[in-house]
Amino acid sequence: MVKVNGEDRAAAGFSVTGWLQEAGYQPAAVAVEYNGSILGRTAYDSTILKDDDVLEIVCFMGGG
Amino acid sequence: MEKNEEDCLVLGGHKFHSRFILGSGKYSLKLIEAAVQDAGAEIVTLAVRRANTKEHENILDYIPKQVTLLPNTSGARNAEEAVRIARLARELGCGDFIKIEIMRDSKYLLPDNQETIRATDILAREGFVVLPYMYPDLNAARDLVSAGAAAVMPLASPIGSNKGLATKEFIQILIDEIDRPVIVDAGIGSPSQACEAMEMGAAAIMANTALATAGNLPLMAAAFREAISAGRKAYLAGLGRVLSRGAAASDPLTGFLRD
Repeated sequence: MVKVNGEDRAAAGFSVTGWLQEAGYQPAAVAVEYNGSILGRTAYDSTILKDDDVLEIVCFMGGG
Repeated sequence: MEKNEEDCLVLGGHKFHSRFILGSGKYSLKLIEAAVQDAGAEIVTLAVRRANTKEHENILDYIPKQVTLLPNTSGARNAEEAVRIARLARELGCGDFIKIEIMRDSKYLLPDNQETIRATDILAREGFVVLPYMYPDLNAARDLVSAGAAAVMPLASPIGSNKGLATKEFIQILIDEIDRPVIVDAGIGSPSQACEAMEMGAAAIMANTALATAGNLPLMAAAFREAISAGRKAYLAGLGRVLSRGAAASDPLTGFLRD
């Protein structure tokens, strides 16, 4: 299982691009942190998720 | 200032004509465009949060393209968390501006000045235009400037309280002593309070809750815009003196219609 935004998800085997699509994120609106480091957009295709990986997917929201 | 000289707010080398920084929290995305327009705002703050696959609306689609985005690090409890959020915000591809917000408690939401100084140091070295939200303390403000802050953002009163300039004397000290724009952030609840801060020499006002909790948000945005502009003009004009006691006639003291 992959920890995605704090929850265990069956994302192992997907590329980051594939997982963003599978889960329904808008790739253009998010930034991704992969195992504690920021993952540049150009690495989304080549990064294949595996068990115990930690993924944070963030976006902008209204705030002060 | 010469009559035709431009009166700009300069942050990290970027010039702005508006001195009203608008928050985007706690109101409908559909109101943002009208709020930005009626506020005349050129800078809008945002938060960074875990993305939700159920939420398909992107706030950036609602913010006019010419606006400079100012992401905040809300949710950070220490410098490391703030740095992490700032880097993610930059990865979202909307520029190098960052408002550092570090709080240790959720009851009073007071900023942790020491951690904020540490985060400012790290992020300024990484090329961010750092705008730190702070408790108005002169020593901390000096340290923030040394650490590379592009401005300081002292609180007027607790976040979201709409209580106005509770820290007025201490903000005045920052305005008088700090060689960076002093942007009054948090607690400004009404246009008159914004105007007063601008008359004191504040460089800009940041407001969110005052608008989000107003009866008519765009109309309140317009009211703030005018108040901030009026306060700025009064500051540039130089306020008239206040007598310590007594009165001073405005009318001639001769030629009375009497003996």
